Amino acid sequence: MIFAESEDFRDKRPLGIVARALRRLHLDGPLLLALIVVASVGMLILYSASGQDLGIVLKQSLRFGISVLALVLVAQIPPHFLRLMAPWIYLTALLLLFGVMIGGDVGKGAQRWLDLGFIRFQPSEIMKLSLPLMAAWYLHQQQLPPGPKSLVVVAVLVLVPTVLVGMQPDLGTALLIAASGFIVILIAGMSFKMIAIMVVLGLSMAPVLWTLMKDYQRNRVLTFLNPETDPLGAGYHIIQSKIAIGSGGVFGKGWNNGTQAQLEFLPERSTDFIFAVLGEEFGLIGMVVLLSIYVFIIARGLLISAQARNTFSRLLAGAISLTFFVYVFVNAGMVSGLLPVVGVPLPLVSYGGTSMVTLMAGFGILMSIQTNRKLLST
Amino acid sequence: MSLRTILLKDHWREQQVFTGRLLLAGIITFVLTLFLVARLFFLQVVNYDYFQELSHGNRVRIEAVPPTRGLIFDRNGVLLAENLPAYQLELIPEQVGDPEETVRALVAQGLLKNDDFAAIMQQIAKRRHFDPVAVRYRLSDEEVARFAVQRPHFPGVDIRARLARHYPVGPLAVHAVGYVGAIDQSDLRRIDGKSYSGTTHIGKIGVERAFEDRLHGKVGHQQVVVNAQGRSLQTIEGIHPSPGNDVFLTLDTRLQKAAELALDGHRGAAVAIDPRDGGILALASAPAYDPNLFGEGFTRRQFNELSSDSDEPLFNRALGGHYSPGSTIKPILALAALHYSIRNQYDELLCPGYYTLPGDDHRYRDWKKEGHGEVNLISAIEQSCDVYFYDLAIELGIDRIHQFMSLFGFGNATGIDILGEKPGLMPSRDWKRRSFSERAEQVWFPGETVISGIGQGFMLATPLQLAHATSILAARGKRFQPRLISAIRDPMTSELVMNPPVELEPVPVTNPEYWKTIIDGMVDVVHGEHGTAIGAGLGLDYRMAGKTGTVQIFSIGQEDEYDAEEVQERLRHHAMFIAFAPLEQPELAVAVIIENAGSGAAAAAPAARAIFDAWFAGRDEAVIATSNTSQSQ
Repeated sequence: MIFAESEDFRDKRPLGIVARALRRLHLDGPLLLALIVVASVGMLILYSASGQDLGIVLKQSLRFGISVLALVLVAQIPPHFLRLMAPWIYLTALLLLFGVMIGGDVGKGAQRWLDLGFIRFQPSEIMKLSLPLMAAWYLHQQQLPPGPKSLVVVAVLVLVPTVLVGMQPDLGTALLIAASGFIVILIAGMSFKMIAIMVVLGLSMAPVLWTLMKDYQRNRVLTFLNPETDPLGAGYHIIQSKIAIGSGGVFGKGWNNGTQAQLEFLPERSTDFIFAVLGEEFGLIGMVVLLSIYVFIIARGLLISAQARNTFSRLLAGAISLTFFVYVFVNAGMVSGLLPVVGVPLPLVSYGGTSMVTLMAGFGILMSIQTNRKLLST
Repeated sequence: MSLRTILLKDHWREQQVFTGRLLLAGIITFVLTLFLVARLFFLQVVNYDYFQELSHGNRVRIEAVPPTRGLIFDRNGVLLAENLPAYQLELIPEQVGDPEETVRALVAQGLLKNDDFAAIMQQIAKRRHFDPVAVRYRLSDEEVARFAVQRPHFPGVDIRARLARHYPVGPLAVHAVGYVGAIDQSDLRRIDGKSYSGTTHIGKIGVERAFEDRLHGKVGHQQVVVNAQGRSLQTIEGIHPSPGNDVFLTLDTRLQKAAELALDGHRGAAVAIDPRDGGILALASAPAYDPNLFGEGFTRRQFNELSSDSDEPLFNRALGGHYSPGSTIKPILALAALHYSIRNQYDELLCPGYYTLPGDDHRYRDWKKEGHGEVNLISAIEQSCDVYFYDLAIELGIDRIHQFMSLFGFGNATGIDILGEKPGLMPSRDWKRRSFSERAEQVWFPGETVISGIGQGFMLATPLQLAHATSILAARGKRFQPRLISAIRDPMTSELVMNPPVELEPVPVTNPEYWKTIIDGMVDVVHGEHGTAIGAGLGLDYRMAGKTGTVQIFSIGQEDEYDAEEVQERLRHHAMFIAFAPLEQPELAVAVIIENAGSGAAAAAPAARAIFDAWFAGRDEAVIATSNTSQSQ
């Protein structure tokens, strides 16, 4: 009763209406605001990168609108229901991945799309969320920190979809899926000794992976190691991207004034390399500001994770937040020449990205965890 | 109680570990972000001036530098394909505002032809937008001057001096050497676009096509400073292209010339092989054409003219022409009869001028209406008696014929090292069953065996196969795979890699008497009293073994007279001749086919003789030249 009174009291403040609406919708205000800010910054850069094409920006806004809708819908699902459904979601995603292997559509030399007649989508996107769900579901029932048996089970849960996606071949998404699974066991408290063993194992797998890779994937790695060897092909991306960022300086050349982007020297400037456009036009300051908002989103996610009420929610929230960081880091690292060119878009900023819906649905899960914490803990 | 405590304790510990891990993850995230920022600082602050310079004002473009294509030489070092400087018009799509408009303006200037508009636009669409596209090859000096005046109106269009393929000997040996042409859609599908950026031409046929990967070389690149219009101002640095390898052929230009001269004015083919190693010394197909036309980018109309010519100059008859081999296979059938012991050289047969199968009154005519009288195996070859071989074929049976002829390479591609070879056809009972759908047609008839005895009917062979079989006869069963490439040289290191002869399983006829017998017959063809080609042997100071063939391509009724004058030119017999010499140590095996020229003796044998004359007249010089080249290696 006292609780209810205090709520009434808060409703009378100017921000109270918004706060109440957010609570009703199981949304987290600061997180939602940060996401909208990042997406807005993204539209701004996209306008410039697309050569002032308003149509593309509108399309992107529509896509963001749909993604927000997905976030709101997912936020309504209580975490305990998600936990019940986790194995079934994982199994479905796995079956769909097999489906892609057998009857998937081929686009740009890779088999990633599944066409069910009324809808066409990439099952690897569903797997991005299903795997952390499944891993969290399994570890929730185990004694933590996980023993060797649990680690083996999680390793299998991670490896099967990773290999399936890697074979499509979609190396970028495969790495992200593997990373999300690895993060779950990492924060579940796997011992540092085990981590060391896994790192060594992973490194020794590298030659095997190398032989399994397609030629273009190998070229990317080789080009990353030495971009000058292939300035006409894949190295061209990295060289032009570095020129774009470097010539932006501290303050940038100004919105719509980046010569590298506007004169089309920079390839993939609306999609995977959009971060370089930001660097060219808004300089170091612009890039640090955007990175800061990303860090805020991740920090907020980690806080939600720390406050979550059970192991399942904690692991899930932590994995979603940290996977988001992997996204940002891989893209920014690639564009600035720290990492090889793998097709990972800059989250919420790169144009297109069927991944935007998945990303925002992930944040929907975070918000559901956050808003269900107090109600159930009493 | 105690159990509960443990669970609670674990729960607490779990939370503790988890929070610790989250904290650690947060720290790692923060450190990695700082690392990113440091990288950005390095790019945007520390190296700002460097990148600023690259991006601002003068701009750097990375340009592909095409490699120099390898040269092609004959066996004596005579140059068959080289590269000469030529001016070409290039367009960089990303630097011209509207490529379509620009191309139209160039057409209006008379620098491009309207006919080629669609093809040029297609080229532009296929290439990467920052790569230059050659829209016109080999501008004349006058056109270069005309464009120079108009240049300010065409940003992104420039003239560049490049090396263009040139064939100094023109049409000579074109069917072996082949040619290069502008890269088209189908070429783009089979090459790696990246290694061809900057390259405009590619081998289309012949050695140019088959050894494309060796001849092409490795693309280089350079960083070029360009101004706002994309005009090159200065080259900074780059990696040099590595030139393609030089290719040495087994061809002998002088022999090739003689072969082409002998075929001049006819449709036909001549192939000469060295029976000692399978090296092809001459490969001629007539009529020929000038491969330089393709490099010059001639118009669609010119190309249509060439490709619709009823004499089919573009068709390589030597490799792809399917002909009935006719009587030229008689020596091989005679060898089969000796090998299977169904004949010896003394068995005689009376030739009445026709042959009938038992229980059938159909008459298989001999070419000599009145008959050859008493003939044995040797004189049957000498006089090319059809009746003797009708009878021999029936006794051998089609399956043994098929088996034995296959040993000489009939019915299978010889595996020569350039493309475009047809396999010919060596029929058998089994083949007929597989190839026909109607049950009535699947049966092998005895009459079909009869005409196989004189190389007619279903059997088909290419001139190359005939020359190959002749070289096997010359080497008395030793077989070498025919080849055109004798060596490949890396121009950077001058290292010469020889292409060794490939010896195949020999023909399993081991009795030297059998070989001697049929070769005696072939010698009599040229030197004997009744030889069908005695004209070809007149005045020879060495001995030659040969066999004529006259292939009927127009059926004549049983009792009709054949009158060459009355039959349209295209329906006249094909003339053929195979031969090798010198008899004791054969150096040269030749097959000549001249379409619609009448009898083998009258048309093909003199052509073959001309080839032999060229070989032996220049033999001493050739020997000296070859030994010189080998010394210089």
